Amino acid sequence: MKLLLSIAVTLLRAKLRQSIVAAVGVMFSITMFVTLLGFMNGLNDLLDGLILNRTPHIRLYNELQASPRQPIEYGTDSTTHAFIRSVKPKDELPRLRNATAIMDVLEKDPRVLAVSPRLVAQVFFNVGTVDLNGQVNGIDVMQEIRYYKFADYLVAGDPQDLATGNNTIVLGKGLADMMEAGIGEVVQVTTASGERTMLRVSGIFQSGIADYDKVQCYANIKTVQKLLARPGSYYTDINVKLHDLLLAPAMAKELAARFDVDAVDIQTANAQFETGSDIRNIISYAVGIVLLVVAGFGIYNILNMMIFEKLDAIAILKATGFSGSDVQRIFLLLSMIIGVVGGVSGLLGGFAMQNVIDNIPFVTAALPTVKTFPIDYNPKYYIIAVSFALITTWVAGWFPARKASQVDPVEIIRGK
Amino acid sequence: MSTNVLEVRKVSKSFHDPVTVPVLREVSLDVRRGEFVSITGKSGCGKSTLLYILSTMDTDYEGEVTIDGEATRGLPGSRLAEIRNEKIGFVFQFHYLLAEFSVLKNVMLPGLKLGRYTAEEVEHRAMERLRELDMHDHAVKSANQLSGGQKQRVAIARSLINDPLIIMGDEPTGNLDSRNSDIVFDIFKHIASQHRQSLLVVTHDNDFAARTDRTIVMDDGRVVG
Repeated sequence: MKLLLSIAVTLLRAKLRQSIVAAVGVMFSITMFVTLLGFMNGLNDLLDGLILNRTPHIRLYNELQASPRQPIEYGTDSTTHAFIRSVKPKDELPRLRNATAIMDVLEKDPRVLAVSPRLVAQVFFNVGTVDLNGQVNGIDVMQEIRYYKFADYLVAGDPQDLATGNNTIVLGKGLADMMEAGIGEVVQVTTASGERTMLRVSGIFQSGIADYDKVQCYANIKTVQKLLARPGSYYTDINVKLHDLLLAPAMAKELAARFDVDAVDIQTANAQFETGSDIRNIISYAVGIVLLVVAGFGIYNILNMMIFEKLDAIAILKATGFSGSDVQRIFLLLSMIIGVVGGVSGLLGGFAMQNVIDNIPFVTAALPTVKTFPIDYNPKYYIIAVSFALITTWVAGWFPARKASQVDPVEIIRGK
Repeated sequence: MSTNVLEVRKVSKSFHDPVTVPVLREVSLDVRRGEFVSITGKSGCGKSTLLYILSTMDTDYEGEVTIDGEATRGLPGSRLAEIRNEKIGFVFQFHYLLAEFSVLKNVMLPGLKLGRYTAEEVEHRAMERLRELDMHDHAVKSANQLSGGQKQRVAIARSLINDPLIIMGDEPTGNLDSRNSDIVFDIFKHIASQHRQSLLVVTHDNDFAARTDRTIVMDDGRVVG
């Protein structure tokens, strides 16, 4: 094998220029493949992260809906007629019943990474004579920072302030701009039931989705409970983050049945993101593979030409005791050397290109934490790229190599 | 029996394109160990065709060819390649050195393929062969920097590297001037007498044939003398 390799290398060096051209073809396609996939997936992660980072894998809540058993159905004795009078609405709160117990159970579940309660309240912000509509999310600040990257989206202020301070609020950027409220200023909040409270602004929040930022605010969950005059166990939502995102749909159904609440999983809530990512992925793979196939044809051509020029050498090798499979291996090795050299330099080129893109400034108001174009340096793409390169060069080399192995030395030697 | 390096029994071959033309008709011959045999005959009498059948490279024939006691008919290509590598050395009319390799490497290749000796030993043996043929000064040169006679001497050195039982030549002097032809003849003679290796050389050069131990004359696919 070592001998065959040294013969392959010598033949390559004799045709150095053509070999380099072939290797550059492979290198170029691998570079493009790695760069394209890294960039595409960087963008995918960024866009998905916009929603997915802040979305719980499963959200438990209590949806207000029509009673499944209407009053008329209570008197369904078929022999009598039922009359209904003065039906009064039941004052049902949008809260989760037994929220503390549910949270205890979930925290013990091995599939669950984190459980965090939420209390969502509709409020008005009073600015002079104008009331602005808003939604205050009462959150467990430390949990949200840890599992939902809350701090990443604060453009001003200190999240710790929200965690420890009473009567503090983080306003959405759009809302803060409308109220011209800065950090440390006090805003007046009116709840749906008419109670007024003064809250100090401790931070500004920007999610990247403008409509969201015009309405949403965050406060410590205790603050919101006080605002609504509710007890300490009053929660409207429980957000669950799982170790494995893929378990979410099944588990959502299970939890909904078990606790008699509504549950929505992340896949159902954000189906469009998956689709978008998949399509972008397919496009990048398709372009990458096409490039590789073109490079493969280049190798095929060059090897074919080389074999045609080297018929004498093949005949002499065979005459002096090299078998057909030895000759085939020599040319296959030759092709693989081109593939390996082109593939490895392609990976380096791809890494360099990724670095260049990673350093191009990309500033947009919608994405406060992003300063440059995103790149996903996942080694997976490098492995895929190099495997494709090797497979392509192997196939491209196999056909000419087989042809070489079938050369009849007698014809060549006598034909001269 | 055992002194016969090569035994040929009733070998026939026809070309079929476009009509069937017999080239060899039941050729039988033996070559003994250390014997210097030449095959002569008119152009087209089938002498080269016979040589390539005996070399195991042409497998499309009828009859029996036995090399060193091993019948070659029906053996797989890989085994035939091994036989060529180990037991047969070749010298062709047109030198056929690999232009990409140095003279030394050209001589070494069949030895490296055989793998009986380490690379260092093969290199040493190759230098020995080149020295015997007075080509050792050119060892590091590339093969296409040599003259025709020099190339042929390198090709002979290559054919000797694995100490083959028999060396086959297809018009080895056909492309050389008379001075170089003489050199090549003397080398062959020396090989046969000193190393007890057999030689089977196809030639149309009657002077060359006359100086060999035995001459086989062919005509129209038959051995006639």
